[in-house]
Parts: sequence; structure tokens; C-alpha cells
Amino acid sequence: MKQNRFWAWVVFLLGASYFIVPLVATFEFSLRMRRGYYSFDSYASVFSDPNFQATFGYSVLIGIFSILVGIVIVVPAVYFVRLRLPWLRPFMEFFTLLPLIIPAIILVYGYIRLYNSSSIIPFTGSALGTDILLTFAYVTLALPYTYRAVDTGMRTIDVQTLTEAAQIAGANTIQIISQIILPNILVAVLSGAFLTFAIVIGEFTIASLLNRPAFGPYLQNIGANRAYEPAALAIISFIITWGAMGMINVLGRFAPRTSARTD
Amino acid sequence: MSTTTSSRRRFSLEFLGVAPFIIFGLMFLVLPTLYLLGGAFIGRDGELTFDNILGLFTDQIMAAYWISIRIAGASSIIGALAGLAIALAIIRGRLPAPLRSAIMTFSGVASNFAGVPLAFAFIATLGRLGLVTIIAKTVFGLDLYRAGFNLLSFWGLTITYLYFQIPLMILIIAPAIDGLKKEWSEAAASLGAQPWQFWRYIGLPILWPSFLGTVSLLFANAFGAIATAYGLTGSSLNIVPILLYAQIRGDALQNPGLGAALALGMVVITAFANIIYLVISQRAERWMK
Amino acid sequence: MTADFLSVSGLTKTYGSNTVVKAVDFAFARGEFISLLGPSGCGKTTILRMIAGFETPSAGTITIDGQDITTLKPNQRQLGMVFQAYALFPNLNVGDNIGFGLKIAGVPREERRARVAEMLKLIGLPGYEQRYPYEMSGGQQQRVALARAIAPRPRMLLLDEPLSALDAKIRVSLREEIRAIQLDLGITTVFVTHDQEEALSISDRVVVMNAGRIEQLGAPHDIYNKPATRFVATFVGQLNNLDVVITDPANKIVTIDGQPLTLPDLPADAGLNAASVLTVRPEVLTIGAREGNDVTLTGTVADVTFLGSVIRVRVALGKNVISLDTFNDQRSIPPRRGESITFSLASKDLLVLAN
Repeated sequence: MKQNRFWAWVVFLLGASYFIVPLVATFEFSLRMRRGYYSFDSYASVFSDPNFQATFGYSVLIGIFSILVGIVIVVPAVYFVRLRLPWLRPFMEFFTLLPLIIPAIILVYGYIRLYNSSSIIPFTGSALGTDILLTFAYVTLALPYTYRAVDTGMRTIDVQTLTEAAQIAGANTIQIISQIILPNILVAVLSGAFLTFAIVIGEFTIASLLNRPAFGPYLQNIGANRAYEPAALAIISFIITWGAMGMINVLGRFAPRTSARTD
Repeated sequence: MSTTTSSRRRFSLEFLGVAPFIIFGLMFLVLPTLYLLGGAFIGRDGELTFDNILGLFTDQIMAAYWISIRIAGASSIIGALAGLAIALAIIRGRLPAPLRSAIMTFSGVASNFAGVPLAFAFIATLGRLGLVTIIAKTVFGLDLYRAGFNLLSFWGLTITYLYFQIPLMILIIAPAIDGLKKEWSEAAASLGAQPWQFWRYIGLPILWPSFLGTVSLLFANAFGAIATAYGLTGSSLNIVPILLYAQIRGDALQNPGLGAALALGMVVITAFANIIYLVISQRAERWMK
Repeated sequence: MTADFLSVSGLTKTYGSNTVVKAVDFAFARGEFISLLGPSGCGKTTILRMIAGFETPSAGTITIDGQDITTLKPNQRQLGMVFQAYALFPNLNVGDNIGFGLKIAGVPREERRARVAEMLKLIGLPGYEQRYPYEMSGGQQQRVALARAIAPRPRMLLLDEPLSALDAKIRVSLREEIRAIQLDLGITTVFVTHDQEEALSISDRVVVMNAGRIEQLGAPHDIYNKPATRFVATFVGQLNNLDVVITDPANKIVTIDGQPLTLPDLPADAGLNAASVLTVRPEVLTIGAREGNDVTLTGTVADVTFLGSVIRVRVALGKNVISLDTFNDQRSIPPRRGESITFSLASKDLLVLAN
């Protein structure tokens, strides 16, 4: 038994060093901009770059729209499938697994081919259309996570009873979903939202191929042209991802309070 | 919309709720993929042809597929084994409980820390001027690059990919390990089994389907990944997604059929990995409900 | 009976500042069926797990057949164990589950197959080799778990609340089956349970435990009829507590609600007009008179509960409320609430318990 624990520590320490060393190295590298001693110059350089502000703002905006569209599409679907159309379930599961199997580059290539300016729905014909297409692409990328988060959330509340109780009180379907179901699965929905945000914020492939001024292509561009700023940006990205994941953790602590008891 | 008791109207309401999801899935998942893959069989003048598929069989494209498969294969198998070892260590190795939740949170972060920033981090670590490279040279007298290492190579990319592959494995396999009941190992021990015999006959066989499923997911994850590789190397490394990226960016209009064929090849290989998983897990899961 | 096959001495288990087993001693003979009985948290499962080797004692020794096994690893002890939640290996079929211990021991395949078939016959599930655990009911799974535990011919069988997860009916039939198999094989068995009926019905001897200590160790009828402590008396079976006043210490006379009783015995420290508590089992009280009953009391029926074969009548005697059980005799009319009722008992059945 003691030996068991010894090996556990060995494995853990090996793993920990693999994961921590790059972070330390990147941080150290990001401080090396000024010759001879450590400084935060690279961070100052990043933050003062108007392109950083513009692309980051753009990605945040697209991220928020992706989250909203995702919720509007997924929540009613999961609700009705749970409540009345359980036979659609395997189909939903399959649908939401596809984005994990089909690479993003293939999706976006398909979009470009299918929705080009000479097609029936010319998304890529205008800047606004392309923004919308980018948002939908991100909704697709995040679909597996949004779906699972919402589905888990609805499993912990008794959708059937809540719906019947609301119907007896005279609520209509839209009121039930927006005022009863959604507040009860808020924690789950927000967890999905933060995960979506983490995925979207630095996404490169789709934004780049759709030629949108997003944060991901900006990062790549900096990486190709600067020396120390990329390291600073890597640290900043890591902190943003950590923040989004940390929010999910914090939210998780509130989960039991908002979920109904089934016993 | 009012509350209605008409079952017919309720029926249509249900479909109205599900319809956006279905339409969205068709428009942004199924149709683009099918359209693209269908395009692999359509020639320049709209005729049915296998020329595009045959066009894949050049040395450059075959080499690209081969290195992509190797990187995806190595990073998924090594990632799965390392992730399994770490997950077992934190769950079954009786490490302090706070360590476990810290690792799970970190895994959530690191599994999403893919793409361009990850490439930056590894350039700063194992690039020519990276910290580890420099320390290896100045402290241990080992010149990694002279010894044949290159971040822009099979091993360099594999090591970089492991940074998101291992945490993903930990996240997916941890619930399966939690599902291993303490009583199973106790029952095995009371029947005279050594710990390795428990793992050989009980523990690992039970984890095997989840393990395989995760490997195929990790494979797809690495096989389609482009941002990390692109961030590391620009378009200089010849892996399939980068080839496809260049094709879309550069001469998509000159030979769209070849791009579609490249994409078809990627989907076929990912699907093949999943089929292998399905076949093996069907056989391994005959004891499951 | 030389009680030296399984012996435990000074067995103690401490988790941090919490001592869950406090210097427990007992010894049992080969072939005995022993129950460890007590409420949850009394330390009974911890003792079993220390015997099995899953917990290391903080102090004390465990000896089996003259061999000190205290520090032996579980896989070196040659004990069979059955768990509450079956714990069958889900990836192995029934035959491989039962044959697991034999396989580990290096028994050849043919011999293993024969032994598995023999075990399946023993538990009444012949021909079930190819089934997987999920295809079987809880009762069947637990039988397989039992067969798995005894297939390698262990020195002892340890049962950790093996019936708790099962339905009431199966619980009774399976416990009889376990006992029959145990008697058939003559295997020394330690059975942990919180169910007193289970413990009393199948054991040769019962260890009643509370808060890490042994309250009483004895045969089932001794435990029930002569409880050594108040805890044992209340934990095992139903019990009435009666507040009495000692009115004549010399002649051992007490009064309950003004009615005098002569007791076979009195606590040593009993003084005049001291308050004391008597206990009596519901089933030794009889409505009306009965031969051999030397005490008659009268009270008012407070409540009547129909329990099927038995009717439980609660009788108020001043502040005391006494439960008495009477068989459901269909020819007689049960008492009604508010009626005055006379009942009798033998004074030797009254228990005077040390506090």
C-alpha cells in the first residue's frame, strides 16, 4: 500500500513538471524583452497595441453572441426532448458528438463552399453576414459542451413536475421555459457559456479562414512578427482560460442550491 | 401563444421548440460536410470523377497524411496512457484530496489551452531560445537541437499536443475510474490476488472501453488540430490540416476538388479510428447493460 | 469447546482522535457461526475489515488457527469475503467470477471448471456459468458472491451485511440458505449485521457491540433472555421500561402505579423509596391470568395495533405505558381503547438491569 502511494507521487510529480515547466518558461520568456533584466515591457507593449484591443473586443462580442444563440437553440430543444420527444434523444446525442469528430477546418471549408457570395444564402457575401456565419460556426463548435451542460442541468431538476405545476398556475410554454426552467438550470447554462467562451476567445482556424479580425488570427500574426509579445500573450490567454474555468468551478458550488430535489 | 389543450397544436409546438436545433444542425453541421465531401467526386466542369481522389496519391500529400496519422496516433496513445496514469495516481493512489480537485481544474484549463498560445508557450520552452533548451545546454551541456531535436518535427509537435491531450484524457477517464468500486479490489485481494492481478483481470478490462473511446476522441482531436501547428511553424510543416489550410487560403479556386478530396481523406481516417473503437468496444462491452 | 480457531485480543482501531474499536477480545471455535451485531458506527464492520486485512489494527492481535495474521496482507490470509453490494466483477461472467480465486491460486482449468459447477449446484444456480452479473437479480448475485468466496476453500468466511441490499423475502430465504451451506461445509463464519433478528436466527453465538466495545457475547437465547446490559436489552427485541418505586427492599417489593410486585432480585444499592426501572419483554405479558404467572396488574388500554399474526396492546399504568403482545386469535375479540384490562406475568421474567 505504501508503495502504491510512492508511485502515485512519482507519477504526479512527473506530470506536474511537464505541465508547469512550459508555463514557467513562457512567463520567464515574456519578461526578457528588456535586455539584461526582467521587465513587464512585453505586457505593456501588448496592452497598448490598438489591434489587441480591437481584436480582443471583437472576439468577446462574437463569443457573447455565440453563447446567446447557443442557449436559444439548445435549451428549448433539450426541454422538449426530455418532456415529450424522448425518441429524438439518440439523434441529439449523435448530432452533438459530430463537432468533436469533424475537424473545424472541414466545417469552415464546407461553409465557404456552401455559403459563398454566389450561393442561395450568401453569408460570406458581406462583413455582417460573415460575422453571423462565424458566430454560428462557434455555436457549432461549442454544441457538444452546451448540449451536455444543459442536459445535465435538466436531469437534476424534475422538468415534468415543474412544467405541470407551472401549467396549473396558468403559464404558457414560453413563460415556462424562460421563467421556470431557465432560472433553475442557470448554473449549468452558465457553465456551458464559460466553456464556450474559453473555446471561442482564441479560436484561430475558422476566424482566419473567414478573414475576420478576431483575437486568434491576431495572436498568430504577432507570433510570426514579434519575439517577446507572443509569450506575454500566451500567459494572458492562459489566465483568461483559467478565469473562465474558474468561474465554472465557482458556479458549481452554487449548483445544489438551485436544483430541485427529486425525493 | 396561449395555453392550449389541443394535442395537435401542442404537437406542433414541440416541434417548433426542437426545429431550430435540427435546422441549425443540418445547416451548419451536416449539409456543409456532405456538400464538401460530395465535392471530392466532382470535377471542374461538374462531372462525376475520381480524379480528385487519385490526385491525393502524390508523395507530398501521402507524406502529409502519414505524419499527421503518426502525430495524432502518438499523441493520443501517449496522452491516453499518461492521462490514465495521472488519473489513477490522484484517484486510486490516495494523494491528498485538494490535489485532486486542483488537478481536475487545471485539466479543464489545459485541455482548452490549445491553439496559437500553446504554440507560443512551447516555443518559449523548447524553441531554439526556449528556457529548457538553454538550461539543457548551459547546465547539462546538452544541445537539444544539435542532438537532432526540433520543435517543428514529429516529436516536437507530439510533445506540444500532449499538453492538451493528457488533460482531456484525465477529464474523460476520471469518472470511469471513480466507477471502479473499492469492493472489487478488496474482493480480488481477499481471493488472493496481488494488486497487479486485480488490474490485469478486473480494473483495466473494465476501463478498457472508456480508454479506447477516449483514444479515438484524442486521435480526432489531434488529427484535425491546426492552430497549434500553425502557431508553431507557420505553414512550413507538412501535416494534412495545414496543407488543407493552405489549399483553402491559396488556390481554393484553382482546384477546389483536390481540397475536398483532402477533407474527405481526413474524415475517412477519423471515421476509421472511430469504427475501430466501436468494433473493439462492442466486443469488450458485452458485460455491460 | 476449545474456542481457539479465531481469536482476537486487545483489538483497537483509531482514526485520528476517534477510537472506533476499543480493546476488543473474543475467541471462537472452528466451525462456529458468529454474528457481530450492533448499530451503525459501533465498530463491527471495522473489526471484520481488520480480520480481512483491509484495515490495520492500531493495537492488538488477530490469530487464525494458531497463526498470527495481524500484519498479513489481505491476499495472504486465505479468507473468503462477501460484501453488502455483491461486488461481483462486472466484466467476468458467473463462472469466471466464482473461478477467480482458483485461477489466482493456479488451479488448472479443468479442475476449476468442475469446482465452479459444484459451487453453482451448491447455491442452486446450476448452469449459470455464462451469465453476466447484470443479467441476474440481487439475490442471485449475492449467491454467486457467496460461491466466489467459498470456492477456493478459505479458512474462514466473512460476511459484511450481505443481506442488507435485498428484499425482505429474499433476505429471509437467503439467510437460511447461508446457514445451511455453512453447516454443510463446517466453515467458521463471521457475519456482520445491524439486524438483530438476522443475527439471532442463524448464529451459534452473537457478539453485541456498542460504541467500539463488546456489550455481550453469548448464544442467541442468552442474548435475548438474559441481556447483560440495558443496551443489549433495548437493542435486541422489544422492551418495556417501567418506572417503579422500591417500597420494601428487604422483601424485594416494588410498586408500580400503586400495585405491588415481588421481584426475584433487586439491585444491590436499592434503598427505601428509591426510584428504579424494570424492564419486561412484550411477549411474556398475558391478558388475563395464566398458570405460572404470579403477578397480576390492571391498567387502561391506550392503543391497539394490529401486526398480522400478533396484536400489540399498549396499556397505561399511571405514567407508565406497557406494550404487550398477544397472538391474533380469530375467535376472541381484541381489547378496545379505554377498556380496563388485567394482565399477568411471571416475576422471574422481569429484568432488573444495571444502569
